[in-house]
Amino acid sequence: MHDAAPERFLLERFALAPTALSTVLGTAVATRADHADLFFEHRMAQTASLEDGVVKKATRSLRQGVGVRVLAGARQGYAYSDEVSLDRLQVAARTARYIAERRSDGAVAVSVADGRPHDLYPVATPPVETPVAELAALLGRLDTVARAYDPHVTSVLASIGIEHRVILVATPDGRLVGDERPLVHLSVTCIAERGGVRQQGSHGGGGRFAFAELAARAEQFAREAARQAVTNLDAVPAPAGSMTVVLGPGWPGILLHEAVGHGLEGDFNRKGTSTFSNRIGTRVASELCTVVDDGTIAARRGSLNVDDEGTPTQRTVLIEDGILRGYLQDKQNAALMGMPLTGNGRRESFAHLPMPRMTNTFMLAGQEAPEDIIRSVDRGLYAVSFGGGSVDITSGKFVFSASEAYEIEGGKIGRPVKGATLIGNGPDVLTRISRVGHDLQLDDGIGTCGKDGQSVPVGVGLPTIRIDGITVGGTQA
Amino acid sequence: MTDLREIAQDLVARARRAGADAADAVLGDSDGLEVGIRLGEVEKLKRSREQRAGLRVFVGSATAIASSGDLTAAGLDALVTDAIALARVTAPDPHGGLPDQADVATAIPALDLYDAAVETMEPAPAFERCRAAEDAARAASPEITNSEGAEFGCGGGRVALATSHGFVGGYASSSFGLSAVPIATRDGQMQRDYWYSSSRTLDGLEPADAIGREAARRTLRRLGGRPVPTGEYPIVFEPEIAASLLRHLAGAIAGSALYRRASFLLDSLGETIAAPGVTVVDDPLRPGGLASRPFDGEGVASARRTIVEDGVLRSYFLDSYSARRLGLRTTGHAARSAGDAPGVSPTNLYLEAGPHTPEAIVGSVAKGLYVTELIGFGVNTVTGDYSRGAAGLWIENGELTHPVEEITIAGNLRDMLRGISMIGSDLRFRTATASPTLKIERMTVAGT
Repeated sequence: MHDAAPERFLLERFALAPTALSTVLGTAVATRADHADLFFEHRMAQTASLEDGVVKKATRSLRQGVGVRVLAGARQGYAYSDEVSLDRLQVAARTARYIAERRSDGAVAVSVADGRPHDLYPVATPPVETPVAELAALLGRLDTVARAYDPHVTSVLASIGIEHRVILVATPDGRLVGDERPLVHLSVTCIAERGGVRQQGSHGGGGRFAFAELAARAEQFAREAARQAVTNLDAVPAPAGSMTVVLGPGWPGILLHEAVGHGLEGDFNRKGTSTFSNRIGTRVASELCTVVDDGTIAARRGSLNVDDEGTPTQRTVLIEDGILRGYLQDKQNAALMGMPLTGNGRRESFAHLPMPRMTNTFMLAGQEAPEDIIRSVDRGLYAVSFGGGSVDITSGKFVFSASEAYEIEGGKIGRPVKGATLIGNGPDVLTRISRVGHDLQLDDGIGTCGKDGQSVPVGVGLPTIRIDGITVGGTQA
Repeated sequence: MTDLREIAQDLVARARRAGADAADAVLGDSDGLEVGIRLGEVEKLKRSREQRAGLRVFVGSATAIASSGDLTAAGLDALVTDAIALARVTAPDPHGGLPDQADVATAIPALDLYDAAVETMEPAPAFERCRAAEDAARAASPEITNSEGAEFGCGGGRVALATSHGFVGGYASSSFGLSAVPIATRDGQMQRDYWYSSSRTLDGLEPADAIGREAARRTLRRLGGRPVPTGEYPIVFEPEIAASLLRHLAGAIAGSALYRRASFLLDSLGETIAAPGVTVVDDPLRPGGLASRPFDGEGVASARRTIVEDGVLRSYFLDSYSARRLGLRTTGHAARSAGDAPGVSPTNLYLEAGPHTPEAIVGSVAKGLYVTELIGFGVNTVTGDYSRGAAGLWIENGELTHPVEEITIAGNLRDMLRGISMIGSDLRFRTATASPTLKIERMTVAGT
């Protein structure tokens, strides 16, 4: 049986009885609604940041509130407030049902998942309760580690962010599904300076685990940030034009997130606005590619016991041996498309409507040794770290910007090149993948995905891959 | 309704009693309405209500911040306790503290930032505006085959700031916005683009049908987009896109980037950083401006300021902390949210209009690119290196020809600012950051 603590915590905090929730949900569905839900949230966050070798800033914040949602076909009504009381909930319910009162279409059956929530991130003590002095001590050590890595490291910025989110979803069938979600995050940015050249390097990581686990990995993150900054001091201008590109394992999986992941979200496909609309069963990648979205990996940043609609997360195969197999769904879009729920209904907070969103998205490992993949390229680019990316899901054009990349010359890794943006076409780029390594890695836990103004934590992963032709946006034509 | 200024003053007083040597408090609340229409049908209605309190305390010269949405007496007590406890752990910082008394605003100018229409806005007329915008877009051409819909949003709120050295101020502001996102199809290729209007007042919004028609025009002109050969070409930025260069400039001359030596424009005051004719102004006092504010996030008086004058850098963007780090005086650009220390941001930032019509600028290009969209994050403020995904129209012999996509444009911001060779006469204040059409003499286009 799932621990009832989150449910009890929130209802006590807001002094609400379960019967009060039934009353509000009754008001919400009193018209011709298909479904309604209440989403309660309480979020404590703690940050500490280091600059000039010491922690000069710390913040603590509380955000709490509730939203009432009514679904009626393709319509959604929503009202939220950070003051929680039965009166306010009743007003919100009447506001949200406005859209159902004016519907002209027939009812749509919205399915409710009956699976049990996972237990992917149990922690003995919520990391948000870690004494700030411990955060400060860790950050101070990282400053020392980064500066010790190389004397050209001139400045180190490091910060820790910890949150503890408790959510509760109530539905008209009387179900109460709660989740308690710890999340820790650390990032380190170094500036290196030599002979008038300045460069920056960043690294970080985290997940849904205890602070001690973050502390155990942190020094490695600091060394990585310093190494990247110092490496980039020698960077030469990047080439421009279409060429063979090898992506290193792990975080370069952002390629999948941008090139195919967003285009496979149910809302865009229900509306026919994605370049992947109506392509299920067709080839969208080379047969070497199998891509999954998996919200059930223990302790990962992108994982969830249940999504923000109360549906347990799952592993969903998006592309299998190059063939498009599935979309990512929330309740509304699954119902309208007549497809199963996948546990991808996510929202940034109680101030936002759920949407289909990714969790941890990655490509399964192939057969080849990564060294052999690099050796197979006569001239090209080897990109191992990226800053960020984005996509136009309608035209399929996506970009992602390298923060660490190297020339490949005659099968060997050469000089580092300055950050270049890679641009491609979603349905096309994965068909050009000609080699897939056996070295699948998930990223260290730094991804944040933005969609329609909402940010949610996600993960990505990739083995080393070779892409035969993608446009590299450097300056050397 | 409770006066937020009183709550802010009360929080500061409580913090002082609890042991803070100095403190300031920010209070804010807001109500919002957001509606959407898609393919003529109601799609979304959202109403919001938010409130927030943020307290910054100094114990000695060490600082910390606590923020909360719980404005009950118990919630405010917790804020004070949390902030003081944290400030006993953080390290002292001789540059910290409230702004110098001499910089603090003594008068709060009225800037026409609030339209009471926001209080009575009902869903029905909001849906009607969306419908009008989307209908106009869909009627523009049979090639408009689908739509992401049209959205209307409005919000009104109040903000108040009080400091332990006696400043207290507050103001109300509102915002209204309308946008449309049509989708066009030709030969199996889909394209989308959008257009929007935003304003402090309801009547300040552009007509809904005009927004829809412009959204359709922008979408239709992308049909048939293709890459062009890799090479070096002149680049013309349409106004919306040119404004993004000002945002990169602002990031590089923000105090925090400068004292961290994380900018390609270190030690550049008084230096020529842009082409002759480039004059950039920041004006927080423009009546009704989308980023106007009577005082900054620390209570420092706002003033219009020339940032770049005829290519020469005249001012950084500073708050009191970064100013002290650099041995300068704050420029009143502290931006503040309840939950964080002040950062630095520009207000209404614009590049002054030049002598050339946009047609003359395009007409001057024998072979080059007219950029209508940039995507991705390929801008490095530390080095100035710039590489972003782009879409637009190809210019051949001074005429816009076929649409272009799946290309990047790359260069270095230092060269790009100095390479601005023509400035358009078409400056309009549609957004907080505004620019006329700009031509940059040479950048690398990566395509086929």
